[in-house]
Amino acid sequence: MNTNLKPVIAGFIPLLDSAVIVAAAEFGFAEQEGIALKLIRETSWANIRDRISVGHFDVAHMLAPMPIAASLNLTSLAVPMLAPMLLGLGGNAITVSNALWADMAAAGADPEGDPASTGDALARVIAGRKIPGLPQLHFGVVHPFSGHAYELRYWLAAAGIDPDRDVEITVLAPQVMADALAEGQLDGYCVGEPWNTAAVEAGTGRIATYKQAIWPDSPEKVLGVTRKWADANPDTLAALMRAFSAAADWCADPKNNAELASVLARPDLLACPAEFCLAALSGRIRMDPQSVKDVPDFLTFSGGVKAAPSPVYGKWFYEQMVRWGQVQPSPEAEQEVEKVFSPTVYLEAMGLSGVAIDATVEMFDDARS
Amino acid sequence: MSGGLSILVIDDNKIRASIIEQGLHDAGHDKVIVVHQMEGLVRQISDINPDVIVIDLENPNRDQLEHMFQVSRAVRRPIAMFVDKSDSHSIEAAVDAGVSAYIVDGLKRERVKSILDMAISRFRAFSRLTEELEEVRSELADRKTIDRAKGILMKSKGLSEQEAYDLLRRTAMNQSRKIIDVAQSLVIASGLLGD
Repeated sequence: MNTNLKPVIAGFIPLLDSAVIVAAAEFGFAEQEGIALKLIRETSWANIRDRISVGHFDVAHMLAPMPIAASLNLTSLAVPMLAPMLLGLGGNAITVSNALWADMAAAGADPEGDPASTGDALARVIAGRKIPGLPQLHFGVVHPFSGHAYELRYWLAAAGIDPDRDVEITVLAPQVMADALAEGQLDGYCVGEPWNTAAVEAGTGRIATYKQAIWPDSPEKVLGVTRKWADANPDTLAALMRAFSAAADWCADPKNNAELASVLARPDLLACPAEFCLAALSGRIRMDPQSVKDVPDFLTFSGGVKAAPSPVYGKWFYEQMVRWGQVQPSPEAEQEVEKVFSPTVYLEAMGLSGVAIDATVEMFDDARS
Repeated sequence: MSGGLSILVIDDNKIRASIIEQGLHDAGHDKVIVVHQMEGLVRQISDINPDVIVIDLENPNRDQLEHMFQVSRAVRRPIAMFVDKSDSHSIEAAVDAGVSAYIVDGLKRERVKSILDMAISRFRAFSRLTEELEEVRSELADRKTIDRAKGILMKSKGLSEQEAYDLLRRTAMNQSRKIIDVAQSLVIASGLLGD
């Protein structure tokens, strides 16, 4: 009998990987843990950052590097934060315009989206474009502190393309990427689903490669909380994470794909056709209008131990921040990052304290950590 | 002291933008430019070279704008969000009101405080954010009251949770009142009766 539900307000961005938070609120998982979960849809990551910082939101759906950036004081309204739980792995892709894909295909790009092959092909295209007067290729990402930015940059750099000199990278809101590509303002972008599928379905873009191929099983969104809120509400946070864990297991079950897709597609959530949501949920990815590729782990939700963060993941994001000049490296910063991505709070909440987490980073070019 | 500052207002709500523009004019700022669209904004910002930028929080392009301030060669002078960490009250007030401001780095706080205050007060009247948040909070409070009323009925009449809820709903319908009002009366009455 829940006569005393604890209210929690969560901010989220309408993306496919808000699924765990949405399912927790819509299908009773939060209530089962004694929480009245209210969702507020936001229009920008800057708003998510500002509103969690001033206490409008108790928790939020966040890009994995955001709590790190806030804790290292790299953004405005920065407050110390935690990323106590992973809300989804994978889910992003790099989509290019039809024109750019035609050039890449002619340069030998693998139609299956192998990142080494498509990257090399792009490098050849860029080398061939170094003619005076020809503008640089222009790519979009959703935020400077995002998996998208780091995946795109990693992929480019692995092929010998300098992301800061050989191409131009700008920030755009996810829901306008497909239109920007159609209008020729962008030649490509890295974004979460369903905004790659949206360009393919519109006939204006082609998926060149995807996050699951660049860095398999890597964290994308996390639960973000300020340390202040986490310290003041330990029991609520624990209950909330148990609810999210159960919701994530529900989202992971293929027999719920259709129901989940239809809820996410609602006008008050993603406001898009349900088929757009179903592509990544079912792992049947339309690379171009003619070919569908099965990528079962394209986007995965998971409760239990797989949703635990790990300092190994935090450090990978931090290393990218260092690599691209967003932060000066220091031992203090590294310690801070380990704290942000510590699994302790989550494992305790789940009754899994002491369970070993198998977190390794293996990139497509064999770099490991 | 306000002389000479140029202010760019980015707001696609045209009525609100014009009210802010008027307010700034009345306060003696004569260099106020209002834009409603993000298209070509980088060039516009570089042409206008503003000292202060005011933007509504509903604008989905804030991430783009912030990134542009950090890296764009087109923007000549570094711009930072208006944040004085010692003044968390005005930050909260701005976010509550649904507005954010960016200023040229190095500009003295006193020179822009009045501009931000003006924007905050004019935005407040239009704020979707506060309203929405209040709605959510009161909805949550309602939930708690209804849950409590259900608990009272379950205990005193031995009903199941569903039966308790149905009874509340029926009573509300019969009396043409809202469930929350019936629940509230029950909770108060139960408190008076000592349970």
